Amino acid sequence: MINVIIDGIKVSAPDNASILQAAELAGVKVPTLCYHPDQAIKANCRVCVCEVEGLPLLQAACSTPIRDGMVIRTNTPAVIEARRTILQLILAHHPQDCLNCIRNKNCELQALAEQYAIRENPFELMVRGLPRDTSTPSIVRDPDKCILCRRCEYACSEFQSVNALGLENRGNHAMIVPSLGKDLLESPCVMCGQCIHACPVGAIHENEEIDEFLAAVADPDKIVVTQMAPAVRVAIGEEVGMATGDMDMNVLVTALRQIGFDYVLHTNFTADLTILEEGNELLKRVKEGGKLPMFTSCSPGWINFCETYYPDLLDNLSTCKSPQQMFGALVKTYWAEKMGVDPSKIYSVSIMPCTAKKFEAARPEMNSSGYRDVDLVLTTRELGRLFRMTGLDFSRIAPGKFDSWMGAYTGAAVIFGATGGVMEAALRTVYEVVTGNELKDVNFTFARGMEGIKEAEIDLNGLKVRVAIAHGLANARKVMDQVRAGESPYHFIEIMACPGGCIGGGGQPITKSNAKRAERIEGIYKEDEGLLLRKSHENPEVIQIYEEFLHEPLGHKSHELLHTHYHDKNKKFL
Amino acid sequence: MAEFKEIIMPFKNTPGGIIQAFHAVQKKINYLPENAIIDAAEVFGIPVKEAYGVATFYSYFSIKPRGKYIIRICESAPCHVAGAAEIIASLERELGIKIGETTGDGKFTMELTECVGQCQATPVITINGKPYAGVTPQQVAEILAEYE
Ligand code: SF4
Ligand code: SF4
Ligand code: SF4
Ligand code: FES
Ligand code: FES
Repeated sequence: MINVIIDGIKVSAPDNASILQAAELAGVKVPTLCYHPDQAIKANCRVCVCEVEGLPLLQAACSTPIRDGMVIRTNTPAVIEARRTILQLILAHHPQDCLNCIRNKNCELQALAEQYAIRENPFELMVRGLPRDTSTPSIVRDPDKCILCRRCEYACSEFQSVNALGLENRGNHAMIVPSLGKDLLESPCVMCGQCIHACPVGAIHENEEIDEFLAAVADPDKIVVTQMAPAVRVAIGEEVGMATGDMDMNVLVTALRQIGFDYVLHTNFTADLTILEEGNELLKRVKEGGKLPMFTSCSPGWINFCETYYPDLLDNLSTCKSPQQMFGALVKTYWAEKMGVDPSKIYSVSIMPCTAKKFEAARPEMNSSGYRDVDLVLTTRELGRLFRMTGLDFSRIAPGKFDSWMGAYTGAAVIFGATGGVMEAALRTVYEVVTGNELKDVNFTFARGMEGIKEAEIDLNGLKVRVAIAHGLANARKVMDQVRAGESPYHFIEIMACPGGCIGGGGQPITKSNAKRAERIEGIYKEDEGLLLRKSHENPEVIQIYEEFLHEPLGHKSHELLHTHYHDKNKKFL
Repeated sequence: MAEFKEIIMPFKNTPGGIIQAFHAVQKKINYLPENAIIDAAEVFGIPVKEAYGVATFYSYFSIKPRGKYIIRICESAPCHVAGAAEIIASLERELGIKIGETTGDGKFTMELTECVGQCQATPVITINGKPYAGVTPQQVAEILAEYE
């Protein structure tokens, strides 16, 4: 430990701590922009400068290591003056567009401009006037707002190993661009949206489609039906001033009705269904010598990644559609039939923690119902905006119930929202199917938590199944390279594109740190524990849909509606 | 595209080899086409976005096609003060192109550069690396004629 004095406060900090870390220990807040708690130090914005006794120049707190006896001042007039000048320089190249900006009130630059009382700018305003990149259905780039902190690039390359974003040119002409200066769609981008969480400002954001939703609600001919993914509930509270995990599911149901949904159903229903289809697919592959290891297929960012970087391993992917797309295919067939409504009138909206789901829903093959299966995907953030727009007071909303036929779910579906959840849910069912015995303890705790790659060997009455779980595509890459090399010891691998799984999805409330992801994961397992039914095959509506409609897992109807195939994206540069 | 790989390969194990490889490519065709960048990324085992970063970082690399002769006008302070702007105007008149453009016949490209270390007689231009110091607007046509 090293002792330093920060603003008169004595503090001991670890030997390799930076001034910024020591200040945090001392309870002193230093402003930052390029700094990110889960990333390497970049030290390119200079907004964190502080005074160090004995040094003539101000020092960047994020990159300067402390030395024993260092005396640091973080709030002298000279420091404040320097920070204001730095902010003014950044703002002089920044569109003065807060009122119209998707990050209004949730922007690190705006917050600092407010905090440092920036009222006018001595520097001439010079905005570059670069075009927006709207090439993908998921992610929009607005390069004029970029402050060149390079946090997005780090997330894309280091967390995700996608390498879609990089620096172009230098000095005044520097820009963060998709590889080779192309648009995002042409780049290897998998639309996971992790760059959005990394970005301190509004330079990368989701393709916002609130207006499409409002138009559908306003159309009297449309029956607007929603499905909502399990990761949404634990995070949506953050958008409306509640603590993580605090939103009550049944209150949320009423709130969804109040913003205009005619029927509120749940993606959890098809998550349970996925387990029956995918579990049986796995058993079939094991018994019949099919392609192993089998990879899960619920995460569209992961599917894009596999189609981009591992097209040679597409046959290892489960043919199961994601729960969102299974739901989409069923709502305009099975559900429409049961409800006696004309499927052409159904407008199916999914609420997802995910930006890649917008791309997935728009895939041309996702129309097995005879219509586009999912008409619109809204992210958790967009739902938050709709809630705020309609001024709902969550403390006064009476709890409501999900509508029938595709609204029932078990705890196994709930945990799909966290890394390891699909694996755990699958094991709960596969165990009982294979052994014929009741699974007494449904908790497979090896599968839980933020560790990058988790693995185990499960004994199903003598049948040994080796499984692995990876989240974040950089971890997925490690597992995939092993498979490609023919050295993978596993039968079944769960992969989620986003760190932490769907709770850390690119459409979730802006999530700067992994600590927040861990908090949401807690909320997921709490919800699972509170439920009576925790195994997918016990979902009464799932039992019913097999009796009435699908007849058997992997049967004819399932193949038509619930399964799909994948394509090599043939990307020319990676 | 095998030709790019052939040019790039010899630098594979040199430290900073990608920069030398890009120089070698430019020597052949005066700019770095996309495929050369993609090939370099493959040879050096780095993501394309990084190879692209290198290709755009240095002002002596160009990712746009350029003419056979590259005229670079120094815009650093001494040359600037000595009247680089008039030289630019004169070149633009003679060639009918602006800075960053290439003549229709693919012969000349005009670019700006920083100090090329010839400040003893300013302003300075270079044509394919050959410096011309203390240039006057009147000399421009004469210099260009050397390349006819
Ligand atoms: S990015 Fe931030 S500072 Fe820039 S316009 Fe948007 S809210 Fe304002
Ligand atoms: S969406 Fe994901 S893959 Fe695409 S640029 Fe952002 S981080 Fe990279
Ligand atoms: S897009 Fe955002 S995260 Fe990326 S460099 Fe620009 S400001 Fe930083
Ligand atoms: S936060 Fe320290 S330099 Fe950007
Ligand atoms: S300033 Fe022009 S050559 Fe040195």
